[in-house]
Amino acid sequence: MTRRTRIVLKVFVWAGCLAPLLLLGYRAWTDDLGANPISFITTTLGDWTLRILLASLAMTPLRIVFGLSWPITLRRLLGLFAFVYVCLHFAVWSVLDFFFDWPRMWADILKRPYITMGMLGLLSLIPLAATSTAGMIKRLGARRWRRLHRLAYLAGVAGSIHFLWLAKVGRTDQYWHAATLALLLGVRVVDAGLRFARRRRRAASTVPA
Amino acid sequence: MLIRRAPRFTASEITDPKLYLSRRELMAGAAALALVPGGGEGAAPKGEPLAAKRNPAFSLSEAATKIDHATTYNNFYEFGVNKDDPSRLAHTLRPRPWSVQVDGLVHKPKTFDIDELIKLFPLEERVYSLRCVEAWSMVVPWIGFPLAPLLRRVEPAGQAKFVEFTTLLDSNQFPAQKPGFFGFSSLDWPYVEGLRLDEALHPLTLLTVGMYGQVLPNQNGAPVRVVVPWKYGFKSAKSIVRIRLVTEQPKTSWEKAASQEYGFYSNVNPAVSHPRWSQADERRIGEFRRRPTLPFNGYADQVASLYTGMDLKKFY
Repeated sequence: MTRRTRIVLKVFVWAGCLAPLLLLGYRAWTDDLGANPISFITTTLGDWTLRILLASLAMTPLRIVFGLSWPITLRRLLGLFAFVYVCLHFAVWSVLDFFFDWPRMWADILKRPYITMGMLGLLSLIPLAATSTAGMIKRLGARRWRRLHRLAYLAGVAGSIHFLWLAKVGRTDQYWHAATLALLLGVRVVDAGLRFARRRRRAASTVPA
Repeated sequence: MLIRRAPRFTASEITDPKLYLSRRELMAGAAALALVPGGGEGAAPKGEPLAAKRNPAFSLSEAATKIDHATTYNNFYEFGVNKDDPSRLAHTLRPRPWSVQVDGLVHKPKTFDIDELIKLFPLEERVYSLRCVEAWSMVVPWIGFPLAPLLRRVEPAGQAKFVEFTTLLDSNQFPAQKPGFFGFSSLDWPYVEGLRLDEALHPLTLLTVGMYGQVLPNQNGAPVRVVVPWKYGFKSAKSIVRIRLVTEQPKTSWEKAASQEYGFYSNVNPAVSHPRWSQADERRIGEFRRRPTLPFNGYADQVASLYTGMDLKKFY
C-alpha cells in the first residue's frame, strides 16, 4: 500500500470517528438534545464507544477472512478513538450526571454490575492507549506489545456485557452488538485453531518415519 | 380557581412552548444552560383545548414540565421502546370511536362510550409529579376525575379485591405490538396493569383524559388513562379499553417480563433499589442536578397508611 492510500484511509477514519461528536456538539448548540440531554449525551457517547471498539476489533478478521492488509493500519487509530469516546462517556457520567459525587459513584461501581463492567472496559483500555506510540512498541518489543494489546478483547467483552446488563427490557440492539463481538472473536479463535493444526501437521511431517 | 389560560388561546396557539417555560429552570448556571436546552421543537401536539378547574388540594406548587418534553419523552412500548417513538408514531392511534368496558366482579357492569365517560363526573386539573422507574421525573398538569366514583357507580361486589386495567390491543394502531425479528416482542400484549381495590379507590388515583389544558395527546395514553402518582409511571396504564374488578392480584405485563425488577406494587421508594440501579434520586426533566426521590413520590402522608404493616422491600 502506498503512503498516499494510507493517508486517505486515515482521513476517512478521522472523519467517521469525529462525525458523531460534531453532530452531538451541533445538537447541543441548536438545543436539540431532547428532554433529558444528559442521558442522551451519555447514551450517544457509549453507543459510539462500542461501535468504534467493535470496528477496531474487526480489522484483524478482515485480514484473516479476506486477506486484506490495509485494515491493520487503521486498528490502532480506531482503538484510540474508542478510548476518546469512553473517556468522554465517563466524564459526562461523573461530571454532568453525578456532579463529582464520588462516594455515590464509587458505591455504584461496586454495587451495580453493569457499571462495574463499564469501568473494567474503561480501565482495560488505559494501558492500550498509553502504549499506543511507536516508541512504546519499540520499548516493549513487538511480541510483548501484541500480548498486552490482547486486552482489547477484554475491553470489547466488558463493553458488550455493560450494554447487555444496562439495556432495558424489550430492547434488542444490545444482542446485535454482542453477536457482532462474538463473530469477531470467533474468527480469531477459528484462525488460531487452524494455524495450530497446521503447525502440528508440519511438525509431524518433518519427523522421519 | 378557573384555569386562566385555557379560554385565552386558540387551538393553534395552545402548544406554544413558551407557555410552559418553567420559571425555576436552569438555575444551575451557564454550564447547565448550554447542556440542558429546550429540546424537540414543533413536536408538541396541537390538541383540542379542554377546560377544567384546578384542584389546589391535589396540586403541587411547582412549575409544570415543558409540554414539549412531556409529549416527546415518553415510555409507551406499544409504539416502541425509544423515548421518541410514541410522539413519532402517535398518529397511528385513533382515540375515537372508543369505549371502555367496566366489568368483572361488579353488580352493574357497563361499557361506556368515551364521550359519555368524560361527562360522567366534573373534570378537574391536578398538578402531579410523575416519577419514572428509570429515575427521571416530570411535573404534569393532568385533567380528569378520580377513579373512585366510577368504580362505585358499577357497584363492586364483595369479592372484588383488585382492579385490572387493559390497554388496547391492535397492532394497526400500536405498531410495536407486531412481533419483530424471530417473533420478538418487548412485552406480552395487551398491556395489563393492576391496583389493589383500595389503591384504585384512593382519591389521588385519577382517571385522566387531558393534560396541559388539552385533550390527552395520543402519545400520553389517549383517550383515557389512569394516573397513580405515588407509584412508578408504568403502573399508570394508558389507552384503557377495559377496567375489570377481580379477586386475584392481576398478573401485570411488567411482572411477566421481569418480575424481579418490576413488582406489582411498585410504589416509589428511594430505599428500595431497582436491581440494576439506585432509586435514591432522580432527574427532574428540565433540571441539571439530580434531586432526592421522596417516599411514595412525595405523597406519603396521603397513601402510606394503605401499606401499614407491609414489608415494602418484599412487596416492591
